[in-house]
Amino acid sequence: MLIFFAKRLSIMLLTAICLTFVVFFLTNLHPNLEKLAKQQASMRMTDVQVTSWLEKNGYARPVLIRYGEWLGIAPGWVLEGKDGTVTGRCINTRNKDTEPPRFCGILQGNFGFSTVFKEPVEVIVDRRLSLTGKLMFWVMVVMVPMALVIGVMAGMREGSRTDRSLSTFSIITTATPEYVSGVIFIVVFASSATGLRWFKGTATSAMDDITFANFTLPVMTMALYGMGYIARMTRASMAEVMTTQYIRTARLKGVKFHNIVLKHALRNALIAPFTVIMLQFPWLLTGVVIVETLFNYKGLGWTLVQAAGNNDVELLLSCSIVAVLVVLITQLISDIGYVYLNPRIRMS
Amino acid sequence: MEKLSWLEIFMSIIGQFTPVWIVMAIIFTLSVMYKRRLGLYGRLFDSPVGMAGFGIVLFWVLTALLADFVVTHDPLSQVSGMKNKVPGTPVRGVDGTWYLLGGDNLARDVFSRMVMGARHVLSIAPVATAFAFMVGITLGLPAGYFGKRLDTFLSFLSNLVLAFPVILLFYLLVTPEIRITGIPIIMAAVLFLFPIVFVVLLWQSRYYTQPSKRNLFVSITLIIGLWAYSGLAFNADPLNVFYMDPNLLNVFVSVVFVNSPTVFRIVRGITLDIQTRDYVAAAQTRGEGAWYIMLWEILPNARGPLIVDFCLRIGYTTILLGTLGFFGLGVSPESPDWGSTINDGRKLLGIYPHPALPPTLALMSLVLGLNMLADGLREESLKD
Repeated sequence: MLIFFAKRLSIMLLTAICLTFVVFFLTNLHPNLEKLAKQQASMRMTDVQVTSWLEKNGYARPVLIRYGEWLGIAPGWVLEGKDGTVTGRCINTRNKDTEPPRFCGILQGNFGFSTVFKEPVEVIVDRRLSLTGKLMFWVMVVMVPMALVIGVMAGMREGSRTDRSLSTFSIITTATPEYVSGVIFIVVFASSATGLRWFKGTATSAMDDITFANFTLPVMTMALYGMGYIARMTRASMAEVMTTQYIRTARLKGVKFHNIVLKHALRNALIAPFTVIMLQFPWLLTGVVIVETLFNYKGLGWTLVQAAGNNDVELLLSCSIVAVLVVLITQLISDIGYVYLNPRIRMS
Repeated sequence: MEKLSWLEIFMSIIGQFTPVWIVMAIIFTLSVMYKRRLGLYGRLFDSPVGMAGFGIVLFWVLTALLADFVVTHDPLSQVSGMKNKVPGTPVRGVDGTWYLLGGDNLARDVFSRMVMGARHVLSIAPVATAFAFMVGITLGLPAGYFGKRLDTFLSFLSNLVLAFPVILLFYLLVTPEIRITGIPIIMAAVLFLFPIVFVVLLWQSRYYTQPSKRNLFVSITLIIGLWAYSGLAFNADPLNVFYMDPNLLNVFVSVVFVNSPTVFRIVRGITLDIQTRDYVAAAQTRGEGAWYIMLWEILPNARGPLIVDFCLRIGYTTILLGTLGFFGLGVSPESPDWGSTINDGRKLLGIYPHPALPPTLALMSLVLGLNMLADGLREESLKD
């Protein structure tokens, strides 16, 4: 078990390093840096001025070294100007008295400074992440139980009328991406077109105070899309379990049907959906970005769009790291949980 | 002129689709008549779900093909005075024409834009999915068949791409700046090579004992393939037949890139399973080459799950393209594709819901149709 865990963890670390490097490389491409220089200094800079700005700010060096600096495993750059002023990655312009540290990357807790929000990145990410966390929490609370109930109900009597109607429902929800269901929900429940003004069309006010009126639509929009998929997986796994020998034995023994479902079938039927739910997180991340943009809820997804749209390199990098880490950690949990739940794997 | 009532709008829309209905009726009659001779496709008509799904998909495919006969107005032209008009408003100055589903915020006809959007979506999604399948199959078969280091390496790569949140990848890959660096062209150069390699391997493994036949097939493939390749990837086609807009190329490459690792995983899994069958062992004893076994023994027997996944994946790709349009990534702002239309319409959703609703319903019905088609196919292919 311990070896398995260590192996998984090392693969995960390797993946994280590769992915962060790809993100770093793509956000630090020359055209992006050029745009950054023009945004920071002046829009009418000539090419020569851009080059000298990039040199002065430490961007004109090989990407691998800069990646090391950003990560915090290579010493930060130091540059002495012609007039003797020393600038560098780790040198704080406001606090000149203390000796600047040699390393200052994300490993030292230095995530950089956002050019759009004019704040340190870690402060922004921290605040936005907690907002997104709330959204995710409620989505999970709504989505998982509903999906499992639908899947189990549909799968316990395969081919019945309940099965057919519930399966159709789950197919419809998987065919409705967030930007479709969100728009339909807003039109039906929040616009003057139908007159049903039950909920609010934006979730901006939910950032301070979550109420039923302002949070229902975003949560439902996200939960619906993910739900269909989990429900279909649960149904398939439930239907498979219901045809096994031990269930037949239980039925022949005369055990009541609801007892068979709840006590015998459920535990085995829920192994596969567990993995699916965990692997659903990367999908939910896309959903978060869409829903937060659509409902103007300023969480991490919204921040990511802002950072990407305004070429805010450091903020975009940190948002990406968070996204990638969430995906990798859920993958790890799903692997370990699968082994834990399924004794057949533990043996081998 | 009078404004149309809802019933009249509904009837006119049905009427506008007349060419589609006629072709659909012909295809359905012929298919049902000869369904016993048509294999899996024919058996699709035995399952109600599959038939309904096929009907919806066929409707949109035909709409895309016959869009020129279905539209009532030019999807890009703006008519003054028609801004945000409700459905059924007569067009000012022209007798006998209406904006059947109203006008959008730039005074364009919502109905015609929705119909033309079908052409945009359906000209990218199936082709991109097919490319992703070529890549996935060409890499997945050897990974599953040979195993060992090759498998470890390719699996690691595919997991790497899969761990990337899709939306982030799009934001990084589908930007105007990245075109200057030439990364999309490099990616296109790699990804577009796979279909050629795939087809050449197909001929080579099958006909290497008959050199004359093989030389003919391989050279035809190479001539056509490399010709298209030069035009599509590098925009250097000497005859200017094959050409891809740089924006479109960017979107296309990203969608193929995102989809192929999943296909790879599926193909690899199936290969691992089928590899243990007797007919593979028989082929090995006969002394067949590895590629012959992979492409002519394993692949045909894996077709069931692959066809089903192909249908599902076109739906998923449609959703992805919609997502791209929704964020305004990589498409021209005028484009009538469904994602961008939804994005345009959502800003005034509270007051004028009519420009955003038709493309949402269109996208939903197409994906639903593809899902139902996949379900029907799965059900029928399991009956073997």
